[in-house]
Formats: sequence, C-alpha cells, structure tokens
Amino acid sequence: MKFTFNNDTKKGWRLLSAPFIYSLLLLAAPLSLMFLLSFWTQDYLVLDKTFTLNNYIEAFTQPVYQLLFSRSLTISLTVTLFTVLLAYPMAYFISFYGGERKALWLFLITIPFWTSYLLRMFLWKVILGYNGVFNSFFIWLQVIEEPMTFILYNTNAVIIALTHGWAPFAILPIFVSLEKIDRSLLEASKDLGDGPIQQFFRVILPLSAPGVVGAALIIFIPTVGDYITPKLVGGTEGLMIANMIQVQFSKANNAPLAAALSVSSLMIVAFISIVFVLINRKYLRRY
Amino acid sequence: MSRASKYLKIFAYTYLIFLYAPALLLPIFSFNSSQIISFPLTGFTTYWFERLLYQETLHEAFKNSMIVAISSSILATTLGVLASRSSTRYNFTGKQISLTFILAPLVLPEIIVGVSLLTVLIQLGLSLNLWSVVLGHTLLIMPFSILIMNSAFNNLDISLEEASMDLGENQIGTFFRIILPLVFPGIMASLLIGFTLSLDEFIIAFFLTGTETTLPVYIWSLFRFPKELPTTMALGTLLLIVSLILLSLSEYFRRRSALSKDSILN
Repeated sequence: MKFTFNNDTKKGWRLLSAPFIYSLLLLAAPLSLMFLLSFWTQDYLVLDKTFTLNNYIEAFTQPVYQLLFSRSLTISLTVTLFTVLLAYPMAYFISFYGGERKALWLFLITIPFWTSYLLRMFLWKVILGYNGVFNSFFIWLQVIEEPMTFILYNTNAVIIALTHGWAPFAILPIFVSLEKIDRSLLEASKDLGDGPIQQFFRVILPLSAPGVVGAALIIFIPTVGDYITPKLVGGTEGLMIANMIQVQFSKANNAPLAAALSVSSLMIVAFISIVFVLINRKYLRRY
Repeated sequence: MSRASKYLKIFAYTYLIFLYAPALLLPIFSFNSSQIISFPLTGFTTYWFERLLYQETLHEAFKNSMIVAISSSILATTLGVLASRSSTRYNFTGKQISLTFILAPLVLPEIIVGVSLLTVLIQLGLSLNLWSVVLGHTLLIMPFSILIMNSAFNNLDISLEEASMDLGENQIGTFFRIILPLVFPGIMASLLIGFTLSLDEFIIAFFLTGTETTLPVYIWSLFRFPKELPTTMALGTLLLIVSLILLSLSEYFRRRSALSKDSILN
C-alpha cells in the first residue's frame, strides 16, 4: 500500500481511532505491562523493579513448569489433530452431499455450542465421572460391570472435552474452503483419469488446505491456554499451564512469575504456529 | 449414492449425536428427581427450578450479569460500528495492521487477556468491580461486532449515500437517515451476540470481579457442592433457552441485513 495522507486516510482514521485507542489501552498496554512485569520480582506484596531474567530461567528450568508446558502443548496438539480429523469428513459431507440442506446442517452443528463453554465442560465432568452418566448408562445396560475410571480426572478427559468443545471452529473454516473449490476442476481431474482417491489427494485436499490450516490455528492457539477444562475434568494429572498461571497470580502471590509463564506460553504458541504455517506454505507451493 | 458417500453419511449423523449429547443432558437431568446425575432416571420433578426462585445470591448474580452484558454489548457494538464503517468504506495506510490488532482477542488465550488486564488494574491501584468486567468483555466482544457489522456495511450500496449527498443532506444527516437504518439489522445482531457472549463469559469475569459475581462465576462456585448439581443443571437449561432465543433473533436480524440490499433494489 502506498503511503498517502489523503482524504480517505483522514476519514478512515477518524472513525477507527476510538476502537483502536480502546484496544491500545485495554490490550496493548496490559500486554506490555505484563511483559515488563515478567522481568521484575515480587516478595510477598512488594514489587522489586530491578531487571532480572530469573523468572524466565525458573519457567524454563523448573521440572514442574517444563512438565506443564509440554503437557499443555501435547494436549492441545492432540486436540487439534483429532478435531480436524473428525471435522474434515463432516465438512466434506456437508459441502459435497449437503445439497439443499447445507444451511440446515451448519445450523444444526452450531446449536449445541450456544450453551456456555463453562457449562459444556462441566457437563463432561458429569458425563465421565465415576458415578456419571456414561458409566451409569452402560452399567444399566449391563455392557460393563464396574465403572470405568480411566476417563475422568486425567489428560484423556481433557482431550475428549476439548475435542468436543472446539468442533465447530474446525468444521466451519474447512467447509468454507471446500465450498470455494471450483467444481469444474473436479470434472477436469476425472476426465484426465483420476479415480476418487487420487482426486481427493491431488485436487480436493490441497485446495482445501487453507481451511485446514486456519482450523488448526483457531483451535491450537486458544486451547493451549485453556483454564476451565483442565480444572474441571483434568484432576491433578491433567492440569495445564493456565491453571499454574492463575495459582501463581493469586494464591502464590508471584505475579512476575505468572507473567513470565504467560509470555513464555505466548512465545511458544506463536513459534509453533509460524513454523506450521511456513511448512504448509512450502508444501503447498508445489501445487 | 456411492458406498463411500453412504459411510460418510453414517459418520456425519454419528458425529452430530456426539456434538449434541452433552447439551441434551441439561434438560433431561434438570427434570429428574434424583440428586445424583446418573442413569436410570428416577422420576419427573420441577423442584430444581423452584429452588432457583429462592437463591438470593443467584438473583444478585443475575442482576450483575445483566448490567455487564447490556453495557458491554452496547459499548462493543458502538466501537464495532465505527471500526467496521471505517474499514469497509475507506482505504488507508495502517488499516490492515490496526484491524488485525483489534481482532486479536478472537484468538488470544483468554487467560492471557485476563491476567494482563488484572495486572494493569492492580498496578494502577484501581478497585475491581463490575465496570472492570465490562471493560474486559467489551474488548472480547468488539471483534465479533466488527465481523458482523462488516457484512452489514458490505451490503450497503454506495450510490444511495451519494444520492443522499447530491440531494443536499450532509454527512451526519446521511449517516443517521440513510446508513444507520440500512445497517440496523446488523446492529441488532451484534447487540444480541455481544449480550450472549458476555452472559456466558467466565474467565475474564472470574479474574476481574471483586465481590460482585456474575452468573458464570456463581455457577462456578456451585460446582463445589455435589448436592447443588441438579439445581445447576436447571439453571443451565434456562441459560441454554435464553441463548437459543437470543441467537435465533440475531440470526433473523443477520439474514435481514444480508437481504436488505436486494430488497431495496426490488
């Protein structure tokens, strides 16, 4: 874009200034302050403002934080993978076989997600519990005799709940990218001798890749920092980095460490996302 | 249909059941007479709903949530209309980057937004109250509002605006007499979505409320008491119904705003 301070620039900024300043004050300023805070130390309630990297050293060397970082990443990457794998055939079905009812299908998919996130995650706790819906239902049907215990208060539970909770965020972008595919390309590939499987891998999948990448990022980035799900269904074995950030911030009275953990997780997430996008770009250039 | 598409159809329906299963439990167990949430069902009761009538902390939380949801949806929609009008009507330097920045809360983990806002409030020595939640919620809702308003403004025919100016109306008059009425359905949709998002939002509210709790924070506190579970399910059912009504209304307004361009031409 050419730098011109014309009429449009003036009018545009006059309108944009209020929302922009709002975001500066309530997003940029707080994030910057949190960044600063991560280089300070706190002794009970007194803040020491001398610059130090100790919080970061602690965040990256203490086993407990290393464990929480790697667990959060593992959970969130697994959730991203499962959600996209489940969402793709659904989006494909709606786009190619939805016919007149495409809008209805999309509507049906979004309805259950109109319940609050908090309640949905709580429902998973009710479902997966020892005396919960799932166990009691199958004992009642006499499918199992003893309640299954491996499904609540561990990482499995967190993964199941999150894979459910983020489904529409994967289905919708993939659906949009499938809809954009020019159907004449499919006929062309068929005429040139591609079978259905070849056609899928050589035409449809590469062309819908932007939707898949978008879906993966929309799910991966926020789920790394999820607080509610691990707290409700994760037990101690399934706790994630957000839970630690909250503890350090409130009960442990160590806001600088909480800030350093927040900044570190943002950096890690940003790094992985950028690498992911770059790899995809390189791979997709072949097409 | 080929065999592959038949499997795909079976998969689609199974997946749909998986997506619906948790939400369906809310109405089922809020009318079930047992205090324990498990099968088999024991009998029908409306007791859990009646109990809600006598919870004073709940009524207080409901009132607080109303204040927060109404204020933040109005504030976010106002800011969203300004940002969206600017981005759909004018091309200018720095537009893309500043918009991306304003939309960032869509993907940022909420805990990061919550912790950073709390840091600022504490450092400034401000007390936490409902208004700090309103400020936080506005930040989160504004991106949604911008996206909704973008589609409303994109449907607007620029020649109508020019006609109004040619006929002697000034900019402000054109805005209030031509533009605003035409994007009004979009504004309603944005207000309703914003209200619903704020009503359901937990993390920011959890971090930024002082002693005055909102509805989700109140629900969170109920989770600790197993004997309150059916009451929580009843409350959840009511919230689900409210969300369904609000979002159906907003969908209605959004469709109208999408149609408005054609309806003028015909």
